[in-house]
Amino acid sequence: MTLVKTKIGRRAFIRNTGLASGGLVIGFSWLASCKMTPEQVNSLPDEWFELNGFLKVGDNGMVTIMSPNPEIGQNVKTSMPMIVAEELDVAWKNVLVEQAPLNTDIFTRQLAGGSQSIRQGWESLRMAGATARQMLKEAAAQAWGVSADEITTKDGILTHEGSGNSAGYGEMASAATSIEVPEEVQLKDNGDFSIIGTDKKNVDGKKIVTGKPLFGLDVYKEGMLTAMIVHPPAFGMKFKSMNAESVKSMPGIKDVFHFEAYPEDVEKQWSDGGAIPELVAIVGNSTWECMQAKKALNVEWEEVSKLESTSYHDEALASLLEKPQEEPARKDGDVDAAFKKAAKIVESTYSAPYLAHNTMEPMNFFAHVTPEKAELLGPIQTPEFLEQTLVSRLGMPAEKIDVMMTRMGGGFGRRLYGTFAVEAAAISQKMNAPVKLVYSREDDMTQGTYRPSYKVKYKAGLDENGNLIAWHVRGAGTNDDLIFENRFPAGAVDNYLAEKHSLETNVTTGAWRAPRSNFIAGAEQAFMDEVAEAAGKDPLEFRLELFDRAINNPVGDPEKNDYDPQRYAGVLKLVKEKSNWDAETGESRGVAAYYCHNSYVAQVLELENGGGDIPRVNKVTCAVDCGIVINPLAAKNQIEGGIIDGIGHSMYSALTFEEGKPEQSNFDTYRLMRNSEAPKNIEVFFVDNGIDPTGLGEPSLPPAIAALSNALYKAKGRRFYKQPFINDKPPLVG
Amino acid sequence: MAKFTLNINGTKQEVDVDPSTPVLWVLRDHLNLVGTKYGCGIAQCGACTIHLDGTATRACMLTVSSVGNQEITTIEGLSKEGDHPVQKAWLEVDVPQCGYCQAGQIMTASALLDKNPNPTDEEIEMAMNGNICRCGTYTRIKKAVKLAAKS
Repeated sequence: MTLVKTKIGRRAFIRNTGLASGGLVIGFSWLASCKMTPEQVNSLPDEWFELNGFLKVGDNGMVTIMSPNPEIGQNVKTSMPMIVAEELDVAWKNVLVEQAPLNTDIFTRQLAGGSQSIRQGWESLRMAGATARQMLKEAAAQAWGVSADEITTKDGILTHEGSGNSAGYGEMASAATSIEVPEEVQLKDNGDFSIIGTDKKNVDGKKIVTGKPLFGLDVYKEGMLTAMIVHPPAFGMKFKSMNAESVKSMPGIKDVFHFEAYPEDVEKQWSDGGAIPELVAIVGNSTWECMQAKKALNVEWEEVSKLESTSYHDEALASLLEKPQEEPARKDGDVDAAFKKAAKIVESTYSAPYLAHNTMEPMNFFAHVTPEKAELLGPIQTPEFLEQTLVSRLGMPAEKIDVMMTRMGGGFGRRLYGTFAVEAAAISQKMNAPVKLVYSREDDMTQGTYRPSYKVKYKAGLDENGNLIAWHVRGAGTNDDLIFENRFPAGAVDNYLAEKHSLETNVTTGAWRAPRSNFIAGAEQAFMDEVAEAAGKDPLEFRLELFDRAINNPVGDPEKNDYDPQRYAGVLKLVKEKSNWDAETGESRGVAAYYCHNSYVAQVLELENGGGDIPRVNKVTCAVDCGIVINPLAAKNQIEGGIIDGIGHSMYSALTFEEGKPEQSNFDTYRLMRNSEAPKNIEVFFVDNGIDPTGLGEPSLPPAIAALSNALYKAKGRRFYKQPFINDKPPLVG
Repeated sequence: MAKFTLNINGTKQEVDVDPSTPVLWVLRDHLNLVGTKYGCGIAQCGACTIHLDGTATRACMLTVSSVGNQEITTIEGLSKEGDHPVQKAWLEVDVPQCGYCQAGQIMTASALLDKNPNPTDEEIEMAMNGNICRCGTYTRIKKAVKLAAKS
């Protein structure tokens, strides 16, 4: 046990005694509306006692744990409560989980992004469980007249060996509510974990496979209207005029109007990045009726800024690659001098297109705004920022705004930008009615907030012994300068120069799963293979040599480097062993390693030999260092998904523009990976080091692109520089 | 508007809608059966898969007027207690990530196994190719279909 100060906000312990003693089930209406299974109903207690904002204990020993962060498929709704349950020391089978609404009084950082939920929630989740356990122990100690220190807990049972007393948590829950919140609590040692580190199935699994309402699009309320929006067809255009009269009389249509979703005086948050200020709203009784009206409506748009095409983006990015950065992002040694004396020089340029997020559940949100209050319910990764924008947009204090999160049909960064929820609120306010805003797939794909398009140029110099003596990277992206100058191989090369540029464009961009890393890892680790080959060295050993350098004799201030070379090398060594890298398999294999979002991942990807024009991925072996693994079953699912996501997008996907207009608007033209194109097998291995946990939503994606590209080189005998690889010339097909 | 009597999950349901309305929106907006999902509206993603007389069908392009007496089964009617072998296999393998596409995946998989109880890997892939999973649970989907086939 480790004794620690209780550091979660004391606000988490403000108890609503009315609720605690009233024995109410506090689940908010949305969740209460989801039918429970018979087993769950039978096991519900008569009374719940709230010990802190994270949990309540029932008189029968059942425990409800509030999952604070938004669930986008990263499975925090299972893994975060597991951490609370661990320190509470309750049997997992006696735990019910509820999604917490936005509550800044109790929770901190209710945000899904940056793979940070587990890493940043770790401490407060443990505290929540441990303080409640301590309070239950104190309650038992008072009841039995013994010292709390002598009481032990296990699976929700309190035991005092000396007196022979024993009680379930439920029996002490009522008394525990009047125990003072402890100043210090004991946390378990890693070796004592009985829930953390074990496979636990998705808490929403049964509801998902039986089609229960869980998602934002599944919200239906009494008197609710459906709304759709019409946004400009091209970036660089804005609303000019429309003739809505004939559409207004279509069946089921309540209103059609032009509105300012974001008037100029609205105080925007970063989460409003891709906001389109003016839109047209169609409001009606049902989705299909709105869709029909949308089709019939004729809107005129006017050009307000340059209508950009993909050819323009490509040329403009390419010309930025010719331009030095005035003050380089990082400069160690002298690359120019090193290139002059280098025995070999390798140079390559890599590029990637825009990507849409394409969550399977299109953007949507429910809003009911009245003069007295605003109720917002739907899929949002950043509820707190949404609330702040709504304060300004609706002219209402935060206390009058309730934001609740549904389970989300995917996020990938798209739902960090809750502009659609602000639009829903604005429409509801105008209609003075409850409204669910629904984006069609086409709206969703052409609305913006894309993964930027990128280009990067590398140049490396080797001495006569094949040692890397110089590394120069210059990158550029649309509205994003791409380069992480302090990431590997910074610190492992004497002469290092990193330069970056951003091309300002009117095509809106945003975070897309593993921002920047989702391109730069693929480029850097593919280029590393080219350099290793020029050095005549095994690509995996070549990387290990560089990590040795960063460990033993780092260049510059090692504190500046964004990575721990020991842990980086660790995953490479693990994947080397698990993939049997040194054995000649006859298969085309590629290796890559990357560090982002605080976790380390190395992969060996093996392509099927022979056969078709597009080689199928036979197997991916993946080694991960994310510290303590909370839920291995779900952790592996995230890692598998990231790998498939990386392979799928780099191989098949692209969003292109002609005169500001996205050329793809649905899955008939925007290609996503299908089942028969996915890797046949993925094996995941974790480094077991007991370090505090980091996240997994993003880190497995970036290296998969490079492992694929390096394996493609082996299979096809040429390098792939341009994503999507399927379009790289000469074509893979034929 | 016109009245239609539909046979859904073994129950006759009457709706009064525009004849061009796709079954997807009849289920979701009019009958409160929201397990069938909207993903693309053009039969490309499979999120709206239902069974029409036992055959996996995309509900987003199936107009209500074309259904007639054919039997519609949705994810809510696949089994009474959520214990269809495919549903059980999905839970056992812990397939879902976000979960949004999974009802459609399950409907496609169950229709496949009804017609072909012991599909090969290639047959599974071909049958499941019409269902996009953006989270990338494809390897688990295949594993779950195989597990369901065994039971």
